[in-house]
Amino acid sequence: MAREVKIYTTPPCPYCKMAKKFLDDNGIKYQEFDITTDKAAREEMKSKCNSLAVPTICFDGEVLIGFNEAELREKLGL
Amino acid sequence: MYELIIIGGGPAGMTAAVYAARKKINTLLLSGDIGGQGLTTWLVENYMGYQFIEGRELMQKFEEQVKQFPTDVKIEVGKKAEKLSGVERGFEVRTDRGETYQAKAVIVATGKRPRQLNVPGEKELLGRGVTYCAICDGPIFADVKVAVIGGGNSALEAADDMVKIAEHVYLVSLTPLIGDPILIDKVKSANNLTIFLEHEVLEIKGKNSVEGVRIRNLKSKKEKVLEVGGIFIEIGLIPNSELVKELVTLNRLGEIKVDCGNETGVPGFFAAGDVTSVPDKQIVVAAGEGAKAVLQAHRYLQRLSK
Repeated sequence: MAREVKIYTTPPCPYCKMAKKFLDDNGIKYQEFDITTDKAAREEMKSKCNSLAVPTICFDGEVLIGFNEAELREKLGL
Repeated sequence: MYELIIIGGGPAGMTAAVYAARKKINTLLLSGDIGGQGLTTWLVENYMGYQFIEGRELMQKFEEQVKQFPTDVKIEVGKKAEKLSGVERGFEVRTDRGETYQAKAVIVATGKRPRQLNVPGEKELLGRGVTYCAICDGPIFADVKVAVIGGGNSALEAADDMVKIAEHVYLVSLTPLIGDPILIDKVKSANNLTIFLEHEVLEIKGKNSVEGVRIRNLKSKKEKVLEVGGIFIEIGLIPNSELVKELVTLNRLGEIKVDCGNETGVPGFFAAGDVTSVPDKQIVVAAGEGAKAVLQAHRYLQRLSK
């Protein structure tokens, strides 16, 4: 089954763009939520992921706050 | 042994790499990332050739240009240089992974990083209310009380952004406000902002997320807890110069002192960009300094080979 990757972002956030580029470059499909316009997603990020920063990347019960390439690579098994 | 190692992959380091390649210098570019502080700049409106461009996009263009020269410039990314020391006939760089690289000459272009408060709660609550990127995380704190720490332009800009989003903003500064007067006036005119000048931050409080910040008046020593859900730390940058502190004397800001030829006083060791004592921290300045450093290093290498 395909892994469901969610990424919560804001438009000006440079680290969000780096994270998305990393996912794109590695062929990882993801769903993006812009929390500046999507209030429900903002609440979900806060309550489900216990995160108050972007990018927040969630998959398989993992929550990664911020963009750390080495950590993301490891958790995604790349 | 390489002829030249460039440490740092920001605007200074990448420009240096292109100049080194054009001089056919056998070079290693060693860096934790490609783009450095250029990546975290939202819009650049003063880099010639572009009326405006995102910092990230500009850095991609720099990277493409460096990669035009794969035979002369080897690139090692994801490796942080931890120590630079002098060895026989040159220098040795040790990385955080324990690898070592040697070269006849070296250019340190390691840039700066955000300064931290170093108070309890800061590390523990990072990403859970503590942030160093106001433009990234600002919208998360809609209708919440927040504190902005700092008194310079970055702090004032963060405060100005947050008064439009947050319920209330506390601006806490160790000093009087030192930013541009026009920005100070703008921030002061907001009716949901309270300023605490000459106050230090003692602790960030909270269990799962930020719940408050304890501050103290420098003069009266009176303490106060501000109940906030977010803390924006904007207290400037510090140079990534730890790797050379045993090799040269740093200035009082921790920057590597350089002369107009990017020389540090140690023959063969050059420095460029924001990590140096050159006062203006701009992408265009860093790029120019990177170019200058290589031209000077090239002259040094030519003298060595004679």
